[in-house]
Amino acid sequence: MRYLPLTQTDRSAMLSVIGADTIDDLFVDVPGEAQLDGPIAGLPYHASEMAVERHMSALAAKNMAAGAGPFFLGCGAYKHHVPASVDHIIQRGEFLTAYTPYQPEIAQGTLQMLFEFQTQVARLFGCDVANASMYDGSTACWEAIVMARRITKRAKAVLSSGLHPHYVSVAQTMAKFTGDVLDTALPTLTPETDADRLLASIDGETSCVVVQYPDILGRIADLSAIAAKAHEHGALLIAVVTEPVALGAIYSPGEMGADIVVGEGQSLGVGLQFGGPYVGLFACKEKFVRQMPGRLCGETVDAEGRRGFVLTLSTREQHIRREKATSNICTNSGLCALAFSIHMTLLGERGLRDLAALNHGLAVQAAERLAGVSGVTLVNDNFFNEFTLKLSKPARPIVRELSHHGILGGVSLVRLYPEAEHLENGLVVAVTETTTAEDVEALAAKLEELLA
Amino acid sequence: MSAVNQSGWRPEMSAAEASAPTTTTGNRALMLEEALIFEIGDTDTTGVDFADAPKVIARLSGLERARKIGIPGLSEPEAVRHYTRLSRQNYGIDLGFFPLGSCTMKHNPRLNEKMARLPGFADVHPMQPVETVQGALAVINELAVWLIKLTGMHGVAMTPKAGAHGELCGILAIKAALEARGDPRTVILVPESAHGTNPATAAFAGFTVENIPATSEGRVDLAALTARLGPDVAGVMITNPNTCGLFERDMRAISDAVHAVGGYVYCDGANFNAIVGRVRPGDLGIDAMHINLHKTFSTPHGGGGPGSGPVVLSEALSPFGPLPFTERHADGGYTLIEEETAGERHPHSFGRMTAFHGQMGMFTRALTYILSHGADGLRQVAEDAVLNANYILRSLENSLEAPFAASGPCMHEALFSDNGMAEGFSTLDIAKGLIDEGFHPMTVYFPLVVHGAILVEPTETESKAALDQFITALRSVADRARAGDASLKSAPHFAPRRRLDETLAARKPVLVWKEPDLAVAAE
Amino acid sequence: MSRYFTEDHEWIDVDGNNATVGITAYAQEQLGDIVFAEVPAVGAALKKGGDAAVVESVKAASDVYAPVSGTVTEGNDALGDDPALVNSDPEGAGWFFKLTLADAAELEGLMDEAAYKAFVAGL
Repeated sequence: MRYLPLTQTDRSAMLSVIGADTIDDLFVDVPGEAQLDGPIAGLPYHASEMAVERHMSALAAKNMAAGAGPFFLGCGAYKHHVPASVDHIIQRGEFLTAYTPYQPEIAQGTLQMLFEFQTQVARLFGCDVANASMYDGSTACWEAIVMARRITKRAKAVLSSGLHPHYVSVAQTMAKFTGDVLDTALPTLTPETDADRLLASIDGETSCVVVQYPDILGRIADLSAIAAKAHEHGALLIAVVTEPVALGAIYSPGEMGADIVVGEGQSLGVGLQFGGPYVGLFACKEKFVRQMPGRLCGETVDAEGRRGFVLTLSTREQHIRREKATSNICTNSGLCALAFSIHMTLLGERGLRDLAALNHGLAVQAAERLAGVSGVTLVNDNFFNEFTLKLSKPARPIVRELSHHGILGGVSLVRLYPEAEHLENGLVVAVTETTTAEDVEALAAKLEELLA
Repeated sequence: MSAVNQSGWRPEMSAAEASAPTTTTGNRALMLEEALIFEIGDTDTTGVDFADAPKVIARLSGLERARKIGIPGLSEPEAVRHYTRLSRQNYGIDLGFFPLGSCTMKHNPRLNEKMARLPGFADVHPMQPVETVQGALAVINELAVWLIKLTGMHGVAMTPKAGAHGELCGILAIKAALEARGDPRTVILVPESAHGTNPATAAFAGFTVENIPATSEGRVDLAALTARLGPDVAGVMITNPNTCGLFERDMRAISDAVHAVGGYVYCDGANFNAIVGRVRPGDLGIDAMHINLHKTFSTPHGGGGPGSGPVVLSEALSPFGPLPFTERHADGGYTLIEEETAGERHPHSFGRMTAFHGQMGMFTRALTYILSHGADGLRQVAEDAVLNANYILRSLENSLEAPFAASGPCMHEALFSDNGMAEGFSTLDIAKGLIDEGFHPMTVYFPLVVHGAILVEPTETESKAALDQFITALRSVADRARAGDASLKSAPHFAPRRRLDETLAARKPVLVWKEPDLAVAAE
Repeated sequence: MSRYFTEDHEWIDVDGNNATVGITAYAQEQLGDIVFAEVPAVGAALKKGGDAAVVESVKAASDVYAPVSGTVTEGNDALGDDPALVNSDPEGAGWFFKLTLADAAELEGLMDEAAYKAFVAGL
């Protein structure tokens, strides 16, 4: 077996040094009845690389890849072009097979990268500090709600109706066990976000208001008024960014007064991967830094006075604080954070702005073309690269039918909100720099046909 | 005060003596210094080309950003240089041995990477119609079946994103099960030697955590545990093999005792590499166990993540597992059970733990690895892992104190302490000395139950030659520590950086780069 | 003024009904470089043996307990800017908080300097 270096000669020699006769002697502490006599029945034995590749390739072939045809899905995961260098760099063994940088003298590569990543995220979000990443946007969002509770000592969180329903579901699941009280609502197919509802719900019991920007239907709203009212009442504004490329075009939540900004970094460097691994982004104001969950990388000097980096403020974390930790989180999403950072470095803000302009421009053109199809209405007044269409028929069967014609036409809202009949005809369409005019034309033509 | 510095670790730095001749650049041949992107890039440079954006009337409601972001760009050649130079300041498994106890730093096969990158896996959106992702669902399901069979359990939750997330999943399933039978218990028992995630997870879920003492043989004190059990105990969290590298011989008795009072047994599966293919934890009566795919099943550590922590569940807990999960039909097709069908198909689920469906990229890698080894190969993995660890234990037990060496073999990791070192010398110095010898240090100061703990886990992918070299190196460094060799206090000498001032980093945290104050610079 | 010590390595200086609390030289030595100290808010009600403050080094965090019950009158703000004071002058300028005593009788179980020295020697 190709991954096992020990030979039979080695094994005998080692047993001899140990003073054991057989390997079974080393398992003497395991009760006899719990030990299996041989390999577990019903499972195949080892296989060559070639055989495994054949098996996995056959399974891969049963999936319709996004790049195989016109593709318009978004809702928290986006298809962007990742420069070829990114994947090459992250596959360097020193990055791919490195451990958490607990021995900083031989982990400056990871640590300097994390320091750069933290700075990029903080600046992108308009915040003072950012951590070294979390699992994904949805768990980062929940951690932010918990952090707000720690800071305000209140338990009521108001969640915008535009927050991704999976993020809401995660928060609802966790809140059942922690006692946090969540005020939630379903979105409606209107051009306005629920900013008015949020403003009306903020009071002296509110811990935080959680707003997605742009929201699940692609709508964008100014967060300043919500931030101001929250602060008046001693509450925090948490902004959630599921498409960071948007911040190449629009104000950062930090600039509008958000206290904590979380998000999903998947758009840059990471690829769709059927939902994971992704990379959670987490940033906040300086004064809250000791309440942040997750790993933090900080600058320092070594014994020769040279600049270096280390993981710091570790006493917040589970391995030290145990029951009193700010979170139980252990890993960050290191390799995905690296991919995000490399992509961001290759872009620079110049490239990010160009990318954003391209996304928005193509989306505006696509929206106009699609709104011109009879039976299709554009719901949004504003959007970045994702917008909602109201079809004259239920959207879900249309999406299925489109896929039979090789078109992945978007996400039907009822897939995300199964009980919401009023959203039945809603279809969320994402357009990125990877979308061509031919793709849009193909979608428009098919929709025309199916809605006739 | 509460337990003052149980681990005994303290930062120690002294100013370093001048070393070899210096260079103008600060570079040292192949070891190149590299500045931050903020110091070498600029905000007008980009390494990506785009077509011009179409001229449209913007639909951004006047929210166009006005100010600069402050993120520099680099051309492609500069970016590749930057990250290549950074990478060379990192140690990795590809380079050498990581004897890190409880981390299972085994070789990361490249076939895993190749399979994960097949467009049919890498370029698929989680919300595509399920008919268009049958292959992806098949992978999840196939891996799920392997995990269930390897552990002898009933069901598995695939969505937790990492080990600690899996622990949360298991603990929430327990809480949901108790609630379902109207029995809201408040206490979880955790051994003193447990990894910090265990009590952190239990506390996060609203439980009170109490410690279970260990016997002098480094295992859970069954008598003390049984004495504490009662109707307020929701369950126990046991690591088996435990964090001292020892198999909990009383595991079956522990499970039976906990079940007898109506509680549940959570098993921390971080050390599964010691027993995979030889022992099924389900046969020991556990109710839930998370599996670290990035440990036992070779998915890469990536410098800190991503991980993946699926949780196998007993028949009692399976009904409460989180959404979503895959289901295979008689005709060979797959569906995804999400909130939509949960009502009929999985009504007692405690809910959703993450957006989308879990760490698909790690599933393809882990399944590739599992198929490569097969049932016979995985059994050999555990045997070689245990053999390697015992070889290290017996080779070093005369150089370092091994607190449990007399009580029998260890499993996949060997535990030593720093007792017997010269005055002022500790595990920290041994770790730093080992760096100069070309090794990543072993796990230090964990578990807390041993002073200056040194925990060595070789894994099965280390050759005998690699182990022999490590033994020689660790022996020599330990000898220097026992003799009080002063040069050890300022180790490492040859790494890209000397010891770093962690006190400064914590007292004056600098977590982001700031433009230097130009007024000050001009003075 | 009298100084007493707890087995958890807190010291308490008592002056009438007012007291000052900190951690001992032994404790700061065990912790190593102190990087952060969190002191209780003015007005906080403390219970004997309950959590009062937190002191952190790079890799350890310890709770500082209240040696007696009482109400906090002042927290040492100097520790915010210079936690190293706890290392350099643990039994003087590195004090943590001051409080008014709820029940002077609680002082009875505490050690005096000699007893604490003997206690530490035995550790």
